[in-house]
Amino acid sequence: MRKLVSLVLTAAFAVSSCWALAGCSGKPAETTAATTTKAGETTAQESQKPGESKAATASIKVGAIYINSQNDTAGYTFAHHKGITEGMKQVGLDPSKDLYIVDNVPEDDEKVKQAIDQLAGDGCDIIFGISFGYINAMEEKAAEYPDIIFSHATGYKSNDKNFNNYFGRIYQARYLSGIAAGYKSLALKNNNIGYVSAWGTEYAETCSGINAFAMGARSVNPDAKIHVYEISTWGDQEKERQAAQVLIDTYKCCVIGQHCDSAQPQIVANEKGVFGCGYNSDMTKEAPKAHLTAAVWNWSAYYATAMKAAMTDKGSFMQSVGNYYQGLSAGLVDISELSGNCEPETAEAIKLAKDLMISGKWDVFSGVKLVFSGAAGSVAVEQKNDALKDNTGAEKVAAGGASVGDDVIQGSMNYYVDGVTQVN
Amino acid sequence: MLDVITLFLFSIIVYNIPLLYGTAGEIMIEKSGSLNLGVEGTMAIGAVAGYLIGMRSGSLLVACLVSFAASGLVGLLFAFLTVTLQANQNVTGLTITTFGVAFYYFIGNAVSNSEAKWPALGGSRLDAQFQPIEIPLLSKIPVIGKVVFSHSILIYLGILIAILMWFYFEKTNPGLKLRAIGENPGAADSLGVNISLYKYIHIIIGSGIMGIGGLYMALNMGGTFEGSNCWINGYGWISIALVIFANWSPAKAILGTLIFGFFNTLRVQNAPLATAFPTTLGWLTKIPAQFFSALPFIITLIVLILSSVRKNNNSNEPSAIGRNYYREDR
Repeated sequence: MRKLVSLVLTAAFAVSSCWALAGCSGKPAETTAATTTKAGETTAQESQKPGESKAATASIKVGAIYINSQNDTAGYTFAHHKGITEGMKQVGLDPSKDLYIVDNVPEDDEKVKQAIDQLAGDGCDIIFGISFGYINAMEEKAAEYPDIIFSHATGYKSNDKNFNNYFGRIYQARYLSGIAAGYKSLALKNNNIGYVSAWGTEYAETCSGINAFAMGARSVNPDAKIHVYEISTWGDQEKERQAAQVLIDTYKCCVIGQHCDSAQPQIVANEKGVFGCGYNSDMTKEAPKAHLTAAVWNWSAYYATAMKAAMTDKGSFMQSVGNYYQGLSAGLVDISELSGNCEPETAEAIKLAKDLMISGKWDVFSGVKLVFSGAAGSVAVEQKNDALKDNTGAEKVAAGGASVGDDVIQGSMNYYVDGVTQVN
Repeated sequence: MLDVITLFLFSIIVYNIPLLYGTAGEIMIEKSGSLNLGVEGTMAIGAVAGYLIGMRSGSLLVACLVSFAASGLVGLLFAFLTVTLQANQNVTGLTITTFGVAFYYFIGNAVSNSEAKWPALGGSRLDAQFQPIEIPLLSKIPVIGKVVFSHSILIYLGILIAILMWFYFEKTNPGLKLRAIGENPGAADSLGVNISLYKYIHIIIGSGIMGIGGLYMALNMGGTFEGSNCWINGYGWISIALVIFANWSPAKAILGTLIFGFFNTLRVQNAPLATAFPTTLGWLTKIPAQFFSALPFIITLIVLILSSVRKNNNSNEPSAIGRNYYREDR
């Protein structure tokens, strides 16, 4: 009897804890539940007014596959989720009704395919996959479901019918945050700037970000040295934390830039009394005494464009949107509001550089370098013809030459520019 | 060069002390003959409860007490299920881990999405009390001063707990009775020891100690909640392996924590070492980062294999571990 009671109680406990687990991380379960009711509704609607479902700006269902939880309050998935929901509101869709999410999907082909099948079953018209490693699964499924648009962030594959990729010139924003770091290092008379990076030269995304940050810093402080610590993972709070600690203690860095998921590098900078430039979200909240400004995404700029196009005519999506690669000028990337920790010249210099990039007259990886001078109130920028060299001295762009191609920035950049050293 | 070594040794202690809390707590529970696999979940609950209420109160003492109480409550549940209701210890422990980690996300998400928002540690009163205490004079000694004498109070507390626990097991009468229960509950029962009471008390205290370890992790990680990255991050599981490594001795657990911490720190700080000593340690950078990431777990695996191979009379594993004591079965 006693054993029976204990068995029943253990089972009840197990069930209740499974329920608790599903309640927090198991959005798929929630999604499935929502699906059933909603699929029913939609069918009913369609049967009421047949023929009208193909109206000019039809309401669409949006699917999204996230690498982390949709409930994140900072970081990569948070930025995309915010972009998608804001974009939906801009085009008149209701995220609580028209958005289907499968989250916590690892970069595993089978898992991604399952997520896509689930979203296809929900009747989604466009599916966004936000992580690089979804690339092959999305390519395969795009062929299987020709009526659904597949839109893949940070990738490089596409087809001419229903599969595009999208990304942005985040390096432009990093250049601007580099300016803030440069002024700080000048004021502190310390040329060592640290950078906690997920990866180094393996990925053009991280590599171009490091280079742009370094060039921004050196446009203000030509003697600045950027020490890169590669943590070999996109997110591991403990590693991010320790890497920042090493950069500050061992390499005497006075500003910590970062390209990784959490705010740990900024928190460490805050603890150690140095400064930092965050990424993905304004990290002033996490590091009030340290944070200068962060390179941020405004993904809704893309999501609104893509959803609008899908609502107008799904068939011509690859003509109307195609592979999307925009920057400051489209509002896709920006920097967060400058904090009070910034040096007084920072705002003016950043404004000058930003205007040049928005106007299209100048871009980061060209044979022309910006040089800032002057005190607050009279900051001036000079455009100087100067070759783009890597850190071994090899010339990549001749003095005065045009910017390297987007394919280089997105895909093949595998060198650090002058002034950058990787410490590990 | 010296500062590279200092930071390395300092990091071993700062990042790995939660393992000592987890291991010491688990040793106390296992000494009573119970195997609790719920360390990860128990620590997660202690962390989130202690952090949130500690931030509200602004007192590190309150935070510790709440962590202890919250995790102790989980221990009470474990004791009720396994001691009173005789449920399977392995299953109950695993359930607690699943429940605890989920509880962490559940509460974290709820607070983050509420109007109150997740409280930020930076600059708070709790943070000030958690900061390292530099012991006068001693902390000025090169290397050792930083590594040994300038730590947060919770680090000293962890070591103190381990030492006191060793003393309790080896030198006191209740400690002796506890060990008797772990070895042969039937014999202890016949001596008039209240088995259930002993088990309840030690399971609750052991779980509470784990909870303080969880709180330490929360504070050491800057108190930021992320919806897909739990603070405890596998440390609870490693603690269970460390119990075996320490041969059920809280004093050896300190050593085990340091050795394991060495490899855990090498995972991140191999590069500065290689840079500082290019001729002797330059080879470190040639090893892929993935190997270093796997290293702590490889070490755990080796420890478990070795300890199961040398299963002999100098193992201090409590003989009755994992089996529920039911007087009528005697």
